[in-house]
Amino acid sequence: MSKILIRGAKVLGGEPQDVLIDGETIAEVGTDLSAEGAEVVEAAGKVLLPGLVDLHTHLREPGREDSETVLTGTRAAASGGYTAVFAMANTFPVADTAGVVEQVWRLGREHGYCDVRPIGAVTVGLEGKKLAELGAMHESAAGVTVFSDDGKCVDDAVIMRRALEYVKAFDGVVAQHAQEPRLTEGAQMNEGVVSAELGLGGWPAVAEESIIARDVLLAEHVGSRVHICHLSTAGSVEIVRWAKSRGIRVTAEVTPHHLLLTDELVRTYNPVYKVNPPLRTERDVMALREALADGTIDIVATDHAPHPHEDKDCEWAAAAMGMVGLETALSVVQETMVDTGLLDWAGVADRMSVKPARIGQATGHGRPVSAGEPANLTLVDTAYRGPVDPARFASRSRNTPYEGRELPGRVTHTWLRGKATLVDGKLT
Amino acid sequence: MQRHLISAADLTRDDAVLILDTAEEMSRVADRPIKKLPTLRGRTVVNLFFEDSTRTRISFEAAEKRLSADVINFSAKGSSVSKGESLKDTAQTLEAMGVDAVVIRHGASGAPYRLANSGWIDAAVINAGDGTHQHPTQALLDAFTLRRRLVGRDAGLGQDLSGKRITIVGDVLHSRVARSNVDLLHTLGAEVTLVAPPTLVPVGVESWPCAVSYDLDSTLPKCDAVMMLRVQRERMNAAFFPTEREYSRRYGLDGDRMARLPEHAIVMHPGPMVRGMEITAEVADSGRCTAVEQVANGVSIRMAVLYLLLGGNEPAVTHSRTEEK
Amino acid sequence: MDTHDTPVHPQASDARPVLEGPDIARVLTRIAHEIVERAKGADDVVLLGIPTRGVFLARRLAAKLAQITDREIPVGSLDITMYRDDLRMHPPRALARTEIPGDGIDGKLVVLVDDVLFSGRTIRAALDALNDIGRPRAVQLAVLVDRGHRELPIRADYVGKNLPTSLRETVKVQLAEEDGRDTVLLGAKPAAQ
Repeated sequence: MSKILIRGAKVLGGEPQDVLIDGETIAEVGTDLSAEGAEVVEAAGKVLLPGLVDLHTHLREPGREDSETVLTGTRAAASGGYTAVFAMANTFPVADTAGVVEQVWRLGREHGYCDVRPIGAVTVGLEGKKLAELGAMHESAAGVTVFSDDGKCVDDAVIMRRALEYVKAFDGVVAQHAQEPRLTEGAQMNEGVVSAELGLGGWPAVAEESIIARDVLLAEHVGSRVHICHLSTAGSVEIVRWAKSRGIRVTAEVTPHHLLLTDELVRTYNPVYKVNPPLRTERDVMALREALADGTIDIVATDHAPHPHEDKDCEWAAAAMGMVGLETALSVVQETMVDTGLLDWAGVADRMSVKPARIGQATGHGRPVSAGEPANLTLVDTAYRGPVDPARFASRSRNTPYEGRELPGRVTHTWLRGKATLVDGKLT
Repeated sequence: MQRHLISAADLTRDDAVLILDTAEEMSRVADRPIKKLPTLRGRTVVNLFFEDSTRTRISFEAAEKRLSADVINFSAKGSSVSKGESLKDTAQTLEAMGVDAVVIRHGASGAPYRLANSGWIDAAVINAGDGTHQHPTQALLDAFTLRRRLVGRDAGLGQDLSGKRITIVGDVLHSRVARSNVDLLHTLGAEVTLVAPPTLVPVGVESWPCAVSYDLDSTLPKCDAVMMLRVQRERMNAAFFPTEREYSRRYGLDGDRMARLPEHAIVMHPGPMVRGMEITAEVADSGRCTAVEQVANGVSIRMAVLYLLLGGNEPAVTHSRTEEK
Repeated sequence: MDTHDTPVHPQASDARPVLEGPDIARVLTRIAHEIVERAKGADDVVLLGIPTRGVFLARRLAAKLAQITDREIPVGSLDITMYRDDLRMHPPRALARTEIPGDGIDGKLVVLVDDVLFSGRTIRAALDALNDIGRPRAVQLAVLVDRGHRELPIRADYVGKNLPTSLRETVKVQLAEEDGRDTVLLGAKPAAQ
């Protein structure tokens, strides 16, 4: 593999520097590096970040290849600046055995756009009744370290306790989709002023918060670490903040859409805004931004959830829940966190690469941009601003809530271990 | 300009009064030997019912036929819809047959709004009840009944319901009738009080333009009309209230409670009534109960809405909120 | 009332009165007498005014007929909006009142009353509307002004004033009940707006 010289990039938003990639690693970082024998990428004005890591992606393969495949999903990831994604277990069949997780992991390796780290199901068939073979999945070639029934909540307190305890044996982590099932029967949107008016089944904040409260207490009791998926309410932030202050080993993620969108959008009854957990209120959005800035929320995770057109081109109640997010995540974070002054680019690198890699134990990702490190990098044109055009997505699905919305920032280059997966905004 | 009727909240005061005044004229057609007007000749209206509701469907059908529209009834049961055809496909199939208006009843809140605003079809959309969202023609016929009884048939023309106090009792949470009535009665200047057990009041009700009370007895002496909502027995199983008996004791309207109403006050019910639950037979059959009148008024109101939306080259009703953009 | 045929109200300044209050009273008295004469006593006459101004004219005629015959003459109104042939060309109009006197119109001599007879389309609609209400013995038409330019084979039985006009002119009837004074104005239509 040849040499690449990234010239004049603002590394983590700092002073312009040159970064020389040699093979799979970063050879040198400095000023006025020699371009001899290297392909030069002019990066003046752009921001260079460690390759982004998404702890929460739905790649849909196996089973729902009409909405996404490992290939299209990892191409979308590379387009969005990601070099590693964690693939959720709610496929068909469910990723609850070593066989399925190995298949997904292998597909990711073969395509080579992005490292794919499968997440294993906590319970067999996501049914919440019987623990899946967590150890076997960990020992498989996929080396699973994150377990989740995402899409469904592990609502049985005993099963949750056992899972938290069991994965300690290999330092795994359980990622909880916090949704009390009885409180959310028939739920269609955030319960509040808007749901009362629209006559849509209410999804109370307490259905999320009560599970988070229970799980942090369980984690404390058994001395395990727990990760909270897509935290969406101000109350959840308070609980996580309290848990952390007590020294409980809890980490939490927020999605880009919960940092930007509110339930007011549901007034259009347009199912592109239908998502689980639901869009909340302005007050929640502000609390989530603040919590991401102060570290209460550790990371941004996309919850990239592709759905075919027909599953959204219908009445609200019949529509599927979820939004694609890999290709717009960084732009939304720039809009909500960077351009608002809440977070600098080093902070973005921390929340979107360093911390998610650490939580998921994605070796080689989320590393500093310095000599000797794996060349997992992403280059962002932060001065760009333009409308989101779903027709340009690499994802197989187009269910984005941002169609036509002006957002800042555009990923121009992504390198996975020195190999360019995205060049000038085009996939290789 | 808006061509649809999706929500009672979309109607301005003047729109609503125009509809009520027009309905007053339409009601006279029922007194004539030939109960028919040529107004919508050559226009096709489809009654697209995804939810069983014989009463509402018949009422719309009578209104459409009295205005000489061609009527197609489409019930989703036993049709391709139950075989997985989508709302969009169904609507487009109907439009391909040259439909000018779609009267839609759907179990999903927002389905009429989607139909009107998704670019699926060009026809006018009239909401005949969607999920627990809205039922605007029901609110209009209730307002019509209220105006006739409380202001007067002729004296009411051009008038709204300013200062009238209306109490709505029952399962507000699951009621599109309550939502529509709160919106429209407020627009018409009435003061609305909702009375229900706290379990049957939606979270977020504080943003509605009405008062909320948990106590029926204290509101009765102060109202000009009390509107009883149907309470389905199944709600008991979801723990919304302990027993049927306790519900009717606390929130049902019986003869004793009716006696506490001011002399001129009326008792309304959108039907179908669950006698012995929210209303006793004594009250339901009394002269103060307008349930049957409301059904008759429903035809006049629907004629008025159809005429004002479809009678000309553009709609007469000027409401604006529902349409995107 | 052919309002849609004369959509632009002339400015008072450029409109010329062709009938004033006393003229209108006089022609109504004459029409009343003609009705009594032709109906042989007006025993079964029912007057139906076409809203808006036809209704006021019908009431005035009824009062005069009552003076002449010393009997109460049934008078009502007939709104023809829903029977118009130009509904699709305009936004829907607010409806006016149709009020049929208590004994109905079956077997009666119905005299339709309107302010201006122009294209004849209003009267065509009125005949259709009558058809849905009952079966009169005969139908006659009384108008305050006949300005010509018929588009249908319809004529008036009683005419207050024949007023030859050009299509560029407008005729506006004003009555005290609606407009505060009695007058018939002939004006020129303004050039294209």
